Amino acid sequence: MEKILIPGIRARLAGLVLALAAMAGLVLALPAPALAEYGDVVINNHSDAAGVRPVVFPHWFHRVRFRCKVCHSDLGFKFQAGGNDINMVKIIDGQFCGACHNGAVAWSVENCDLCHSGKANTPTQVHESTIQKLAGPAPAAPATAAKR
Amino acid sequence: MRARSAIVLVLAFAAALAWAQPDLRRWLPLARDGLHDPASPATRQLQEPREALSLLAPDTAGNQVRWVESLERGQIAPRSTIDPGTQVRVLDDEILLNLHGGTPIVRFPHRAHTLWLDCSNCHEEIFRSKAGANRLDMRKILQGEQCGVCHGAVAFPLTECGRCHSVPRARTGQGQAAARGATPAAPGAPGP
Repeated sequence: MEKILIPGIRARLAGLVLALAAMAGLVLALPAPALAEYGDVVINNHSDAAGVRPVVFPHWFHRVRFRCKVCHSDLGFKFQAGGNDINMVKIIDGQFCGACHNGAVAWSVENCDLCHSGKANTPTQVHESTIQKLAGPAPAAPATAAKR
Repeated sequence: MRARSAIVLVLAFAAALAWAQPDLRRWLPLARDGLHDPASPATRQLQEPREALSLLAPDTAGNQVRWVESLERGQIAPRSTIDPGTQVRVLDDEILLNLHGGTPIVRFPHRAHTLWLDCSNCHEEIFRSKAGANRLDMRKILQGEQCGVCHGAVAFPLTECGRCHSVPRARTGQGQAAARGATPAAPGAPGP
């Protein structure tokens, strides 16, 4: 077996194996997205000032369960991150998130931490939006200033 | 000989990969996504994106999910209403836009949009209900107006040019004829 090998074939084989390993690594590593889910909305209109974590609203999670119209037509959510004047009084009153998060359709408001789960000082934004990707992330400015 | 068997191995590996079509999509866990506070109890209680999204029709952009396809194939069954009284209005026609631009013509499928949205979400505030009456502008769209209210934020990203600009210029004559009819209907055609 060894006698048939032409000189330098070992090096070539080693190179081939290395290239293969590199390709496999590339295939496994490439599709990894940079950050949190596309469409995740951070709402930080009042959270930082109130001393709680900003809200992270996962669009993907709600989209699996509800069509857009349920929130954006029937419940009156505007298509703008931070553009809805939401507060806990309204939610407890059954408006906005409170239409479902009332213990009947979805878990109720005493689970503060499940919505208020973002890193402190994260500005209001639609995460991973095309604008954000092309123009850079929203500045960590006063929360109410950043809309998208 | 060894070289030859190595090549055979590589080919076999590639063939196996192609045949098995492994799902190469990756979703970061909530605790490491850069947005959630890893110290929050939520990162241990909330559903992980991978758990829900890996079961749905694969895509290469956005959530890595073809949402319309997932809906039409019954992989998801999102509710249409909270109040039993509200209506679901699905409109099945297509509008051809950007008839005189340089990029391929835009084919707008009403059906894919009304499966998710209500007419009032777009009309008459964002778009007037008349083909040709809206001055669409990619600069506005990129700034989050017009189509950009959803596309580039939640619906598939604005970097997917060809999904809207999908009709080659060679078919311009047909497009213009359809546009004159105000509502060029092509029912049954596939959505984006």
